[in-house]
Amino acid sequence: MGIYMKLTTLLASAAVALGLATTGYADGHEKTKVGFVYVGPIGDGGWTYEHDKGRLAVEAEYGDKVETVFVESVAEGPDSERVMTQMALDGADVIFTTSFGYMDPTINVAAKFPDVKFEHATGYKRADNVSTYSARFYEGRAIQGHIAGSMTKSNIIGYIGSYPIPEVIRGINSAFIHARKVNPDVEFKIVWAYTWFDPAKEADAAKVLIEQGADVVLQHTDSTAPQAAAQEAGNVVTFGQASDMGQYAPFPRVSSIIDDWAPYYIARVGAVMDGTWESTDTWDGIGAGMVGIGEISDAVPAEVKEQALALKASLADGSYHAFTGPLKKQDGSDFLAEGETADDGTLAGMNFYVEGIEGDIPN
Amino acid sequence: MIRLEKRPQPSRAFSLATPVLAVLATMFFGGLLFAALGKDPFIAIKTIFWDPLFGEFAFFYRPQLLIKGAPLVLIAIGLSLGFKAGIWNIGAEGQYIMGALFGAGMGLAFYPAEGFYIFPLMVLAGAFGGWIWAMIPALLKVRFGTNEILVSLMLVYVAEQFLASMSLGLLKNPEGFGFPGSRNLQQYAPAHNADLIAGTGMHWGVVAAMIAVIFAYVLLTKHRLGFAIRVTGEAPRAARFSGVNPTRLVLFCLGTSGLLAGLAGMFEISGPAGQVTIDFNVGYGFTAIIVAFLGRLHPIGILLAGLLMALTYIGGDIAQSKLGLPAAAIQVFQGMLLFFLLALDVLTNYRLRMGRTEVA
Repeated sequence: MGIYMKLTTLLASAAVALGLATTGYADGHEKTKVGFVYVGPIGDGGWTYEHDKGRLAVEAEYGDKVETVFVESVAEGPDSERVMTQMALDGADVIFTTSFGYMDPTINVAAKFPDVKFEHATGYKRADNVSTYSARFYEGRAIQGHIAGSMTKSNIIGYIGSYPIPEVIRGINSAFIHARKVNPDVEFKIVWAYTWFDPAKEADAAKVLIEQGADVVLQHTDSTAPQAAAQEAGNVVTFGQASDMGQYAPFPRVSSIIDDWAPYYIARVGAVMDGTWESTDTWDGIGAGMVGIGEISDAVPAEVKEQALALKASLADGSYHAFTGPLKKQDGSDFLAEGETADDGTLAGMNFYVEGIEGDIPN
Repeated sequence: MIRLEKRPQPSRAFSLATPVLAVLATMFFGGLLFAALGKDPFIAIKTIFWDPLFGEFAFFYRPQLLIKGAPLVLIAIGLSLGFKAGIWNIGAEGQYIMGALFGAGMGLAFYPAEGFYIFPLMVLAGAFGGWIWAMIPALLKVRFGTNEILVSLMLVYVAEQFLASMSLGLLKNPEGFGFPGSRNLQQYAPAHNADLIAGTGMHWGVVAAMIAVIFAYVLLTKHRLGFAIRVTGEAPRAARFSGVNPTRLVLFCLGTSGLLAGLAGMFEISGPAGQVTIDFNVGYGFTAIIVAFLGRLHPIGILLAGLLMALTYIGGDIAQSKLGLPAAAIQVFQGMLLFFLLALDVLTNYRLRMGRTEVA
């Protein structure tokens, strides 16, 4: 009984504390507090690095009017739930949770703090105070595929997959479709690393692919280890992933897909400040500037570079869609008819390879 | 000159004092580290050790301490039995994963049925999963004399592959739009390991950890088997003469530690984690090794050490967010704890002597 009484008091004081945290904001406490939960270290040179650049851009944009906090290398699951709760308790007004695995924890915490806004990257669950956002990286993959297909001499393109999830499979398909378009003899060899960030595993995967004859290595993992492995091998082309990885330019890194979260973060924090924030689902690509294409280096033949930039322009203005029929699935069944483009629902849940890719998606 | 002189008997006083000294040394040198990073060391130490327990939001962090500490204690208790007898199960992480998979698999197999029997069956399945995974190194050791350290460790990586396979295949949520990960057990009441009293963090895993502490204490102090464990670790020859059966001891120690690690995984996946996902395991099985040694392989010590480790994790995350300390600094801080413990352990068996070394 005693314990129970004490608990009620605790929970009551919790409610008071939460009340304070939120009313404090309503009457305009000086700074808007913005929290970021990162899955990797900010020095990963890839995914988390770019999110942190977005955070710094928010600070640069709003100066004294914002305070940002972050916690890095947060495990998905209960740890992330605790970190989000802690940020909310400490008075965060909006919290960006930047990994797919934070989806259910974000929804759980958001339910307890209805006055705090949450922004979850790459997920599909929303609530009144939870928005989702992601980038159409597959548009960048189309350009990579074009350059890769044009430049390979062995006609073997290696691909380091992280996890066999729709996001990654979409990228493989998009790269493959556009590599085949310029080079019908091209083949993809895919290695699954089962990690987003593990330099040792990524380096091993790159070496395996190079040994199997790949002279282009695409990666959907976040470290620069595959770039280093390619540099060592000498004649292997790579692309920066998530971040520019410009330290490996002009060769092996000939271009890159850059996640640019800064415009989105600035806009969303601004919306929180002026009270216009609403729960939304954002999926932006090259056109909106969320997906950037890093400088195409001089190692790429001039005409290929020109074609790649034309492809980029057509993706940006929407005159071309990276998944345009006629396309068949790997098993030979129809996917898209002549001129038909894939709808977002199909893209979001993509769990099949297109025709021509060998091997099975692991499950 | 300072010399080390072997004590005739290990010092009891130092055996008890070294964990405390190690914590103090960690605070001191950790404070220096934080100061070197440009943070106020006193505020940093206070944020890590004091705020979660007595700060403004302690009402939230205290339950979190139980949630974070319970699996550590549960696993470490099991490991300590083997460690005392010189049987080294390094693969608790794998047993933890298998327990979680068996437990969650059992629960999901019943979905969406209702029934009071579902959760108990999951507990049994989780315990079995951890136990069977530990029996692989155990049987290989007693039958073929393989090294249990290597076999149990390698099986962690095998278990991780199973976990990935289950998240992407058999246990994948059919309503998850193709994304990896199972249904969330938190949303399936009969399989949910919820707080017994809402908001306290007191779930069945915490209860199990408490029971394990008591069980281990009684076993080690009152039971013949506990005597066999202790004597085997301290004097293997004497143990054989006193009729201890080493085969049965290996099977018991590895089996029990696997069983407890499996239970920890099962309670975690059906409660705080909720979901079978590729990254479900976060290293409890390895951290528990530190906890076991930090707790001097003593049940009560392990209980305290588990809570202390949980505190450094929770406080460390708060320090990251409030003070902007990098995660790496927190990890160094945690590493210091084990380092100082092992370094100061010397004092249990040796004493410092001032004076010149004798010339031969």
